Amino acid sequence: MSGAQKKNTRRSTVNRLSAENVTLAYDQRVIAEHLSVEIPDHSFTVVVGPNACGKSTLLRALSRMLKPSEGRVLLDGQAIHSLPAKKVARTLGLLPQSSVAPDGITVGDLVARGRYPHQSLLRQWSAEDERVVRESMARTGVADLAERYVDELSGGQRQRVWIAMALAQETPLLLLDEPTTYLDIQHQIDVLDLCADLHEEQGRTLVAVLHDLNHAARYATHLIALREGRVIAQGAPKDIVTAELVEEVFGLRCQVIDDPETGTPLVVPAARASRTKAEATKV
Amino acid sequence: MKTNRAVRVPGGLSVRLDVRAFTVVVLLMLLALGASVLLIGTGDFPMSASDVLRSLAGQGTEGQEFIVTELRLPRVLVGLLVGASLGIGGALFQSISRNPLGSPDILGLGQGATAGALTVIVLFSGSANQVALGALAGGLLTGTAIYVLAWKRGVHGYRLVLVGIGVSAVVTAVNGYLLTKSDIVDAARAVVWMTGSLDGRDWDQVWPLLALCAVLVPVVLANSRALRMTEMGDDVSNALGVRVERLRLVLMLSAVLLTASATAAAGPVSFVALTAPQLARRLTRSPGPNLVASMCMGAALLVLADFVSQRAFGAEQLPVGVVTGVVGGVYLLWLLVTERRAGRI
Amino acid sequence: MLPGRRAIRTAGLLVSLAVLVLVALASIAVGAKELSLGQVWHGLFDASGTYADTVVSDRLSRTLLGLLAGAALGLAGAVLQALTRNPLADPGLLGLNAGASAAVVTAITFFGVTSLSGYVWFAFCGAAAVGAIVWFLGGRRGATPVRLVLAGTAISAALYGYLQAVMILDDAALGRMRFWTVGSLASGSDEAVMQVVPFLVVGSLLALLLARPLNAMAMGDDTAKALGADLNRTRALSMLVATMLSGAATAACGPIVFVGLMVPHVVRSFTGPDQRWILPYAAVLSPVLLLGADVLGRIVARPAELQVGIVTAIIGGPVFILLVRRRRTAQL
Repeated sequence: MSGAQKKNTRRSTVNRLSAENVTLAYDQRVIAEHLSVEIPDHSFTVVVGPNACGKSTLLRALSRMLKPSEGRVLLDGQAIHSLPAKKVARTLGLLPQSSVAPDGITVGDLVARGRYPHQSLLRQWSAEDERVVRESMARTGVADLAERYVDELSGGQRQRVWIAMALAQETPLLLLDEPTTYLDIQHQIDVLDLCADLHEEQGRTLVAVLHDLNHAARYATHLIALREGRVIAQGAPKDIVTAELVEEVFGLRCQVIDDPETGTPLVVPAARASRTKAEATKV
Repeated sequence: MKTNRAVRVPGGLSVRLDVRAFTVVVLLMLLALGASVLLIGTGDFPMSASDVLRSLAGQGTEGQEFIVTELRLPRVLVGLLVGASLGIGGALFQSISRNPLGSPDILGLGQGATAGALTVIVLFSGSANQVALGALAGGLLTGTAIYVLAWKRGVHGYRLVLVGIGVSAVVTAVNGYLLTKSDIVDAARAVVWMTGSLDGRDWDQVWPLLALCAVLVPVVLANSRALRMTEMGDDVSNALGVRVERLRLVLMLSAVLLTASATAAAGPVSFVALTAPQLARRLTRSPGPNLVASMCMGAALLVLADFVSQRAFGAEQLPVGVVTGVVGGVYLLWLLVTERRAGRI
Repeated sequence: MLPGRRAIRTAGLLVSLAVLVLVALASIAVGAKELSLGQVWHGLFDASGTYADTVVSDRLSRTLLGLLAGAALGLAGAVLQALTRNPLADPGLLGLNAGASAAVVTAITFFGVTSLSGYVWFAFCGAAAVGAIVWFLGGRRGATPVRLVLAGTAISAALYGYLQAVMILDDAALGRMRFWTVGSLASGSDEAVMQVVPFLVVGSLLALLLARPLNAMAMGDDTAKALGADLNRTRALSMLVATMLSGAATAACGPIVFVGLMVPHVVRSFTGPDQRWILPYAAVLSPVLLLGADVLGRIVARPAELQVGIVTAIIGGPVFILLVRRRRTAQL
C-alpha cells in the first residue's frame, strides 16, 4: 500500500480517468446527478455502497458503456466518447458483471479475444499476442484449462478466465464490476489477491465495485462510498471507514475495529438485539 | 483438438488459422465447384465432366461451348452466387440477432421480396425482369422497415428478431391475400417463383449479383473479427473497442442487400440462409459467425440441390428451392442425430 | 403476490371474458346478412326455424370453432414458449404446421380426399407425427430448448420442400391448398367442430394444469429440479399438449400461424412471467383476436370475406411490433 502511495505522488496532479459533473440515467430513470469522481492513478480504487446506489452505473459510465446525459468522462484529458474506440480499449479494460461466453468456445480462444484492440486486418495474430495470452492465463491460473470448453468450467474458474481475457487486453486501467460475485470465500480472496498483485507489481490502476465492505477496506488503496448517486466519502479506507460513515451510507449500526491480520478497518455489524432496541427507542 | 495455427510473414502480416475451419472451407469449395461441373454437364444434352472442363477452357466443340457458356454456365453461376449470398447473409443475421432462428427467412426478408414479386406478377402481370426488380424493392423495403422499427437506442438482438417476425407475419398475410386473389395461371407462376428457381437464368442475372458480391463480401469479411467479439455481449465488445452499433448497421445493410438481390435473382430459395450457417458451424466446430464457411456451404447446398432436382425430375420440372429445403432440412436432422450420439449440445 | 395485483388480474380476466362474449355475439350477428341482437337471441335460445335462425345456427358453429381453435392456439403457443424458453417458439416453428400441411396435401393429391372433414384426421396425424419426431430428435428426455427448435426447423424445411413440390406438380392440389394454407374459419361445420372438440377440451385442461411445473421450469433446469419439478414429465406433457392443441386447431382451420406466437407476448406484457396467469389469459384473449379478426374480415370485404389468417396477421403484426418496442428488453 505504501508502494502504491509513492507511485501516486510521483505522478503529475492530473489523473488519467475522471468523471466530471456527470448525470447518469437509464431511459427516464436518473441514477446520479452532477457526480464528480477522480480515479487516482496507480490506485486500487473500490466503489462501495448499498444496492442500487449507482455504483455499477458509475463504473459503466467510467468505462464508456453508458453515455452521461450531462457532463463527461475524461480519459487522459479528453472526453472518452470522442476518442477512437480501439484506442480507448488499449488504455482501459472492463470486466462486466455478467458476460456470455459463445457456445463451444475454448478457454484459450476466449482469452485470445482480449487481444482484439491490438490487432488489425493484416496483423491478426502476432507473436506478442500469443505471449500475452499465455502470460495472462498463467497469471490467473487457467493455463491448464486452455483446451477446455468455457461452459464446462466451475463458476470460480470461469470468472478467472474472464479476468484473464481482460488482462490480455493489457490496459493500464482496468475496471471490474463485482468480480467476486458468486465465488466462494477462497476464490473471492484469490481474485482480490490477483487484483492486488496486478496493482502492486505492474502499477495498473484498478477500479472495482465490491459488495463486501471488509474486502473493500482490506484491499483498496482508495475507497469511494456512494449513496443515492452521491459520493458520501472518499479516501484511504483507514481515514474514512468509521461507524458513522457505515451508518450513513448503509443505514447499519456497527463497530469498526482494526483487522487483526492487516490493521485495516473491519466492520462488525451491531448485534441484532442492540439494533432492534435502538429501533424501538427511535420510535 | 488444438486446431489453431498462427501464420506469420516477416513484415508484420499475421493471421490465425483454424485448421479445421480452413479444411472445411476448402472441401466445401471443392464440393461446390465439382457439383457445378456436373451440373453444367446435366440436361437434355448431357456432357461428361472432361467435356465441360474443356469447353470452359475454350477448347470444346462449337456446340458444346455454346451450351456451356450461353446456357448452363450462367445458371450455375447464379446458383453459386445466390447460395453464397444467402449463406453469408444468414450467418450475419444469425450472429447479429444471436439466435439461430434470426435468419432472413424468419425475419421476413424473403417474404418481403416475395410480396414485391407477387405484386408485380398478380397486379401487373409483369415480365421476369420486372418481377426481379419488384422483389429487390420489396426486400430492401422490408429490411429497412425491420431495422427502423427495431431501432431504439441500438438494435437489440431479440427485439430485432421479434420485430422481424411481426413484419414477416404481416407481409406473409399480404402474400396469402394476393395469392387467393390471383387467377390460377398467375398463382401457379407465383408459387414457382416463391419456391425459388434457377430455371432460365442468364448472364443478365450474373453480372449485378457478381458486382454486388465483389463489393459487399470484402466489406463483410473485414468486419468479421469485430462481429466475433460481439458474441460476448455488448459490454465486453464495447470494452474491447468494437463500435457495436455502427458495426451492426453496416453488416445488416450488407446482409439485406445480399439476401434481397439473391432473392430477386432466384426467388426466395427457402432455408439456405437458415440451415447453411448452422451446418457450417457444426462442421467447423468453431464458435463465431463462420462467415466464409457459411458462404461456401450456401453455394454448395444450392448447386447440389439444383443438380439433384435436375437429375431426379428433369430440367424444368422442379424448382431448386424444393430440394434445398429437403436437402438442408434432412442434413440438419442428420447432424442433430449424430451430434446427440457424440454427446455435444 | 400483492393481493391488490391479484384482484386487478382477476378483474382483467373477467373483463377479457366479457369482451370475448361480445366478440362472439358479433361473430354471430355480422356477415353477408346482418342480424339484430334480438334475432341472435331468438336463434340461440328460442329457435323456431326462421331464416334468421338457420343463419344463426350456421354462424354458431363457425363461432364455436373460432372460440375453441383460438383458445387452443393461444395455449399451445404459451406452452411451447415456456417449454423451449424461446419467445419465438410457436406451433409453426416446431414444425407442427408443416406436418399438418404436408399431411393435408398428401391427402388431397394421393388419396383424393376433397372434403374438409376428411382433411382433419390427416392434418392431426401429420402434426402429431412431427411432434413425436421433434421430440425424439430433440433429445427426448434430455431435450434442450435449442435442440427442439432446431429439430422443428429442420423438419419444417424438409416438409415445406415436399409441400411445394406437390403443389407445383399438381394444379388441383395448388387450387385447394392455397386457400387452406391461409387459414380460415369458414369451414366451420358442426361435423368438423365435433371432430376436434375432444382434443381441444382435453388439451386445454392439461395445459392449464401445466402452469405450475412450467413456472418452475422457467427458472432454469437446475432450479426447477431443486424445486421438485419433474422436468422430463413436464417436457413430455408440454409437447403432447401443444401437439394436441395445435394439431386439432390446424386441422380444423388451416395453419393460422400468428395467434399462438403473438398472444402470449401480449399477455406477458401485463401479467409478467407467471404461467398461472399467462395460460388463462392466453386462452381467453386468443379467441378474442381470432374471432375479432374473423368478424373484421367479413365486414371489410363484404359480401365476400377475407380469410381470418390474413386479418389476424395484418392487425396483429403492428400491435406485436408496438409491444416489442415498448418493452425494455424483449426477452422471455
